[in-house]
Amino acid sequence: MFDRLSERFQTVFRNLTGRGTLTESNVEDAMRDVRRALLEADVHYKVAKDFVDQVRVECLGEKVLKNVAPGQMAVKIVHDHLVQLLGEANVPLNLEAKPAVIMLIGLHGSGKTTTAAKLAHFLRGKLHKKILLAACDLKRPAAIDQLEALGRELSIPVFSNKGTQDVVAVAEAARNQALGQGYDVLILDTAGRLQVDTDLVQELVAVRDRVQPHEILLVADAALGQQAVSVAEHFNQALAITGIILTKLDGDARGGAALSIRQVTGRPIKFTGVGERIPDLEAFHPDRLASRILGMGDIVSLVEKASEQFEEEEAKKLEAKMLANKFDFEDFQSQLGKIRKMGGILSLMDMFPGARQMKEQISLDERQFHRIEGIINGMTLAERRKPELLNASRRRRVATGSGVPLLEVNQLVKRFEMMRDMMASIGKMSGGKHPQMAGGMPGQLPGQQAQQQQPPAFRGRQPNPIMMKIRARGR
Amino acid sequence: MLGIFERFKRGLQKTATVVTRHIQAVFKGDRLWTPADFDELEMVLIQADMGVTAASEITRHIRDRYQRGIIHTTDDILRVATEDIQRILEGDGMPAMAWAPQPPTIILLTGVNGSGKTTTAAKLANRWRDEGRQVMLAACDTFRAAAIDQLKVWGARLDVPVIAHHHGADAAAVAFDAATAARQRRADVLLVDTAGRQHTRKTLMDELGKIKRTLEKACPGAPHENWLVVDASIGTNAISQAREFGKIVPVTGLVLTKLDGTGKGGAVVAIRRELGHPVRFVGLGEAQDDLQPFDPTAFAKAIFER
Repeated sequence: MFDRLSERFQTVFRNLTGRGTLTESNVEDAMRDVRRALLEADVHYKVAKDFVDQVRVECLGEKVLKNVAPGQMAVKIVHDHLVQLLGEANVPLNLEAKPAVIMLIGLHGSGKTTTAAKLAHFLRGKLHKKILLAACDLKRPAAIDQLEALGRELSIPVFSNKGTQDVVAVAEAARNQALGQGYDVLILDTAGRLQVDTDLVQELVAVRDRVQPHEILLVADAALGQQAVSVAEHFNQALAITGIILTKLDGDARGGAALSIRQVTGRPIKFTGVGERIPDLEAFHPDRLASRILGMGDIVSLVEKASEQFEEEEAKKLEAKMLANKFDFEDFQSQLGKIRKMGGILSLMDMFPGARQMKEQISLDERQFHRIEGIINGMTLAERRKPELLNASRRRRVATGSGVPLLEVNQLVKRFEMMRDMMASIGKMSGGKHPQMAGGMPGQLPGQQAQQQQPPAFRGRQPNPIMMKIRARGR
Repeated sequence: MLGIFERFKRGLQKTATVVTRHIQAVFKGDRLWTPADFDELEMVLIQADMGVTAASEITRHIRDRYQRGIIHTTDDILRVATEDIQRILEGDGMPAMAWAPQPPTIILLTGVNGSGKTTTAAKLANRWRDEGRQVMLAACDTFRAAAIDQLKVWGARLDVPVIAHHHGADAAAVAFDAATAARQRRADVLLVDTAGRQHTRKTLMDELGKIKRTLEKACPGAPHENWLVVDASIGTNAISQAREFGKIVPVTGLVLTKLDGTGKGGAVVAIRRELGHPVRFVGLGEAQDDLQPFDPTAFAKAIFER
């Protein structure tokens, strides 16, 4: 997400940072571009205007114009303002009460029901809460069935009453059950409605007054247009929302709605939905997002994700193996699996500084990894551990077994060996300078069809997750 | 029943007032229009989610005419802007819907998650059933929990048969069965409801391609129409959606949903302009008869209606 916004900003800033001095007209040009970029990202026009006005004033200030690197300074100002607009840090849910009642509201099709299930899964898995879901969408056909099906899938109980149209009563009964049976969190899924439909919004007000939720979260589609402001303002005025969940961020929406909603409500974005699967819900970190918008990458999230997957011991072993040139197909296979668990290579790459250009250059396809895994699965354990064993006849067998042309197996083995040598030599150079080569992370992957040009955008040291992990723990 | 134009107007009323008020505020009095005023006009159009490019073009058009002395007043502006939008929406004329020479006519409904495909399928079924056609529904959203139930509830309400497998089944297999059944039962129309998918997800988009190919196999010439369902509250991302979906199955039309909200659906102007997809129907409410054929003149007029 925010890809294109980020792209536009980078162009603007390339022009700025290249300059030794900034003039008013440089700044003016840049601000026009920034504003256009924001508008193209569907940021509300007033929000965009205010943003640019504030940034302009600061950029024209003495501090910037007389700075040794005024362009960099300007970038920093935009970054700071973005962070300010998005909020500083993640604001967690208020779950102190027992049961803590969370009410999800929003337009039709914003993703409330799916989000209810995702949130339940998130709170149970990460915070070990005992959750009750309540089906308060009595309007859409089969909405209750949908939540019940999701509940069954997750083994999370769902409170519902199909015999009534009284939403307030259902919500209250759900709360009583949550209270009586000692649930930690009650999540209310409500029907979608227009923010200007007074009667239906009043229904939500009635629910709120009766069950006194601790969190009222507006579920909003990241692709919302200029209406985002109206949606957020109306719901907020009527219900005093406590936060926002932004959904469908796995699309290519430029996410302007996020900025607009944030700005007009002042409420924090607490979670983002990043895919169709239940685990695809993430706590929102504004500061990291700002960096991502500006194409500075999001190394912090990357490390976090990595540390969920890579155990320290394992990482150490792996590093030792790499340095000793003993990294084998089995290790590689397990890493590929981990990358997939972390959300796939494409979503990881979004977190790398400058990875965008790289993504375009090498046109990564997740399925290529499946092919690679398929080939590795076609090898015997002995072959995986000792790739040298793979002579012509064995390769032929692997190719037949995994249903790929022999050429592809040959390429994989060849590139794997190259990668292994490279990792070992990096180790000898005392590590970290070309870490994108290591450990199956982006860069040169074995099996990648064409020889790719190295992306120019890797500035400085960006160690791979395993290395990062080791360093972080070692401190 | 309200006339189409009235429905449009009612649906668009809120936004129309806002837009018109803006324009009148910008160009009040007889003073000369400044570049800043034109910027402001552009903002007004951007606020309708038309996208920066389309908004700039319309604004430029108006400024040109102003500078050449062709238009003078606020009324002129509204007229010119309306004409421009209408002209873009009409394109080279609205192609007629492709009814299959040999029934059934198979219509594929595609779109991102939550755009309103299932509801649109039901509304279309209701409309054509009322016209005396024999309609069938195919529940090819096998991914979202209870999506099949949702369509079945509609089927029961409308007394329209629904061809479905179980949750998690292969959507293409459902499509095949439905197309075959529609042929055998001599249905006039088969509406294929598909799972919502983000246009950026390659595997899901590939699945859509498979559904299309399967329909073709089961019934040569199918799908006769492929309609992209677009939410009117969505911004310019709708353009990207239309572009990407069109790469998999050529889009023959749009259904603009939720136009009764504050979303103006201006993105369809940009889509028509860039990709040429005409809008077929608009959804103007939650009831099953709240679906109307799209009328570019009414749409354009209603946006600037005072």
